[in-house]
Amino acid sequence: MDKIVNNKIKLEFLSKGENVALARITVAAFVSQLEITLSELEEIKVAVSEAVSNAILHGYQNKPDEIVTIKGILKGYTLVLEIIDQGVGILDIEKAMEPAYSTDPERTGLGFVFMQSFMDEVKVESQVNHGTKVVLVKKISTDLKNTAVS
Amino acid sequence: MSLILHSKKDTLIVRVLGDLDLVSADEIREKIDNSLEETRAQNLLLDLSKITFMDSSGLGVILGRYRQIKEGRGQMIIYGIKPSLKKILEISGIMSLMPVCNTEKEAWELLDEKSVKEA
Ligand SMILES: Nc1ncnc2c1ncn2[C@@H]1O[C@H](COP(=O)(O)OP(=O)(O)O)[C@@H](O)[C@H]1O
Ligand SMILES: [Mg+2]
Repeated sequence: MDKIVNNKIKLEFLSKGENVALARITVAAFVSQLEITLSELEEIKVAVSEAVSNAILHGYQNKPDEIVTIKGILKGYTLVLEIIDQGVGILDIEKAMEPAYSTDPERTGLGFVFMQSFMDEVKVESQVNHGTKVVLVKKISTDLKNTAVS
Repeated sequence: MSLILHSKKDTLIVRVLGDLDLVSADEIREKIDNSLEETRAQNLLLDLSKITFMDSSGLGVILGRYRQIKEGRGQMIIYGIKPSLKKILEISGIMSLMPVCNTEKEAWELLDEKSVKEA
């Protein structure tokens, strides 16, 4: 029998690298209320890992005592995640989202590429010196059951 | 995350166990680089079969080592790609940049082939 999932979480944690794993595992547990395929779960974990790493690394420039917030909403088969930091913000969002673009020469600039490949929607709101909010939306496939929707 | 490193002739073999993300990337980069320097290895075989999670920070480590090995005119081969890693490796372009093998044995065979060709 299909159960209708309707749930919310809010997670706040310090901007420490160790918490990136905590964030992706928590979100994975949250979406596992749905019957989800392992590959979709992996995709969500990568997207969360990218957004949270960016908040810590770029937003807070590796300062370990700031707060990263994740809000998650699960409504039916749609997952909406917001990853929020109050860090330095992004001056040119379009440029930041270009594949292989990074302000750090040591990095690949693939973070947004993965978020966009693995989620159905990626929205970025940002204000310089005020912070950044990344909104990730994913429709969880219903293939496991009966493929009625899209 | 932990690493198993050993060298054989002029090749360093590295197996990564656990998560390769923001936190472990720096540590892995440092350990591989130190080991490459110590052993003076020219080639690098990277075993990904025991990786439980990887994101773009992990890919940065692989791409960085690749550049370094190429500069030293060596060969870098990755092997043991699990299905869960396939997609990010494909999207990143790594699969078309460096040889990808199934097993360590295959990687050695390919390495021997390449050194014969270049000799
Ligand atoms: N939360 C954030 N705060 C400030 N800048 C950010 C944030 N997220 C991303 N950026 C900017 O966008 C660029 C691209 O991000 P990304 O695609 O993840 O690549 P990378 O992390 O490898 O640099 C970063 O280099 C950074 O300049
Ligand atoms: Mg990033």
